[in-house]
Amino acid sequence: MAEKIATRDAYGKALVALGARNKDVVVLDADLSKSTKTAKFGETYPERFFQMGIAEQDLMSTAAGLATVGKIPFASTFAIFATGRAFEQIRNSIAYPHLNVKVAATHAGITVGEDGGSHQSIEDIALMRVLPGMTVIVPADGPEAEQAVYAAAEHDGPVYLRFGRGGVPVIHGADYQFKIGKAEVLRDGGDVAIIACGVMVEAALAAADLLAAEGITARVINMATVKPLDAEVVKAAAVQTGAIVTAEEHSVIGGLGAAVAEHVVGNGNCPVPVEMVGVQDVFGQSGNPAELMKEYGLTAADIVAAAKRAVERKKK
Amino acid sequence: MNCLELEKMAVTVRRDILTMICSAGSGHPGGSLSMVELLVATYCTQMHVDPKHPDAPERDRFVLSKGHAAPCYYAVLGELGFFDKAEFKNFRQLHSILQGHPDVKKVPGIDASTGSLGQGVSIAVGMALGAKAAGKNMKVYTILGDGELQEGQVCEACTAAAHYKLDNLTVMIDNNGLQIDGTNDEVMSLGNLHTRFETFGLNVIELPDGNDMQAVVYALALPTIPGKPKCILAHTTKGKGVSFMENQVSWHGRAPSAEELKVALKELGDGKIE
Repeated sequence: MAEKIATRDAYGKALVALGARNKDVVVLDADLSKSTKTAKFGETYPERFFQMGIAEQDLMSTAAGLATVGKIPFASTFAIFATGRAFEQIRNSIAYPHLNVKVAATHAGITVGEDGGSHQSIEDIALMRVLPGMTVIVPADGPEAEQAVYAAAEHDGPVYLRFGRGGVPVIHGADYQFKIGKAEVLRDGGDVAIIACGVMVEAALAAADLLAAEGITARVINMATVKPLDAEVVKAAAVQTGAIVTAEEHSVIGGLGAAVAEHVVGNGNCPVPVEMVGVQDVFGQSGNPAELMKEYGLTAADIVAAAKRAVERKKK
Repeated sequence: MNCLELEKMAVTVRRDILTMICSAGSGHPGGSLSMVELLVATYCTQMHVDPKHPDAPERDRFVLSKGHAAPCYYAVLGELGFFDKAEFKNFRQLHSILQGHPDVKKVPGIDASTGSLGQGVSIAVGMALGAKAAGKNMKVYTILGDGELQEGQVCEACTAAAHYKLDNLTVMIDNNGLQIDGTNDEVMSLGNLHTRFETFGLNVIELPDGNDMQAVVYALALPTIPGKPKCILAHTTKGKGVSFMENQVSWHGRAPSAEELKVALKELGDGKIE
């Protein structure tokens, strides 16, 4: 079994390291610092940590104000509150003036688990992706999450970082170099391309193994930056494999699948069948993460089935 | 600037506001006219800003939380020379730097994009926090409308301002008593605002006439209580200076016709003080 690290833990660790090398980095949290893992930064750099209380709207606009005076604020809370409750503050206080705020949200997706549907953010990628100038990053594992934090700090402009609650297997080595807007081809294959982000990257790799056993070769792409989408890699996948499966722990509406589909039929001008694995326009519920992933069709087996459908469709 | 000069500037600003809105054919005269003294006094007697260097990092900051009063903001910045006053005629037009609500990316001298009510105090709190964290002696000012106080975020922001003891922050309330659908009391009563802001932990200074330049200048100059954000609760007149606009809900968001503008400018006079 591969080592497991929660991307929120990697975020917390990266923040402390970042704080040492960049004095402009400040962190804000809304009474969830133990869960979002920003608490360690707060203990290490108390003068640069701002506890804002249970007030997410204020959290986002205050982060905007800090950015206007040259700080690099990381504003953290759960994804559901960051992008849902404070959507318009992110839109108008942060994205509209294109401020250098990093909205770093944890507990995204249905793997939040037992807290249930009220706390499972399945629309945050869509909400952030629609904002002009917003960069959207969904790391697949701990090492990538850590790199994404550093890259976000270097990037001038608003960034949405999506982290999960539970441990995910480590798939990247210590030498891995994350770059905003660059997709990673983890495995090559010619029959179908699986484009995944976040926890679904591991599932995509497992699916590729299962498909290989049936004689179908799958290209596996980690699309950690959902916006800006790596258009070249998507186009190459479409042209060279002729069939695409997208996989994300998010609604099939508006997220990674939508971004890929928009590109292949739009600017990419490379229309191919696209099958989307994700939450099918329903809310989640309480349960343990593994049960929920099965319940909502987010397993390697679901990706395999989608890949077969996509391959079948391209034959027609 | 002495008080007479400030009053003269206020007349000019009011003339600019009305001319700008008339030329655009839309905009918000009532709430722009009510806050003229607050903004003129803030910029001309308190703030350290330089129109030649609008982005100087050490400058004081202003956030117009009630962003719809942009014409007043543009008029003051234009009069101070942050940009060419010829821009006034482009207010609300395609490709203009003078958007319907302030856009920090477009206008020299503007420190924050606003327009969606309730967010400005939080932004100002962020600025004040950042200044303190960096050990900078920067002052931050913001003006809110009274209807805006119905937004819950204002409570969040004032709570934080007091919690972080932001004595480099001045929150001004342009309490003209009217909002789009009627009086504050008809729409959603605000209760005792003096008590409300005092309860948050702000140092409240109440001005019975927030359109009295001398009183506004005096309130702004009052020494800060260490560890306390200052709150100037200014009772103002919506549409101040134009008889047919004063205390009229209907003038919240409509432009004067050319004929109405003529009458209004005549009433205001040319700003020359005998």
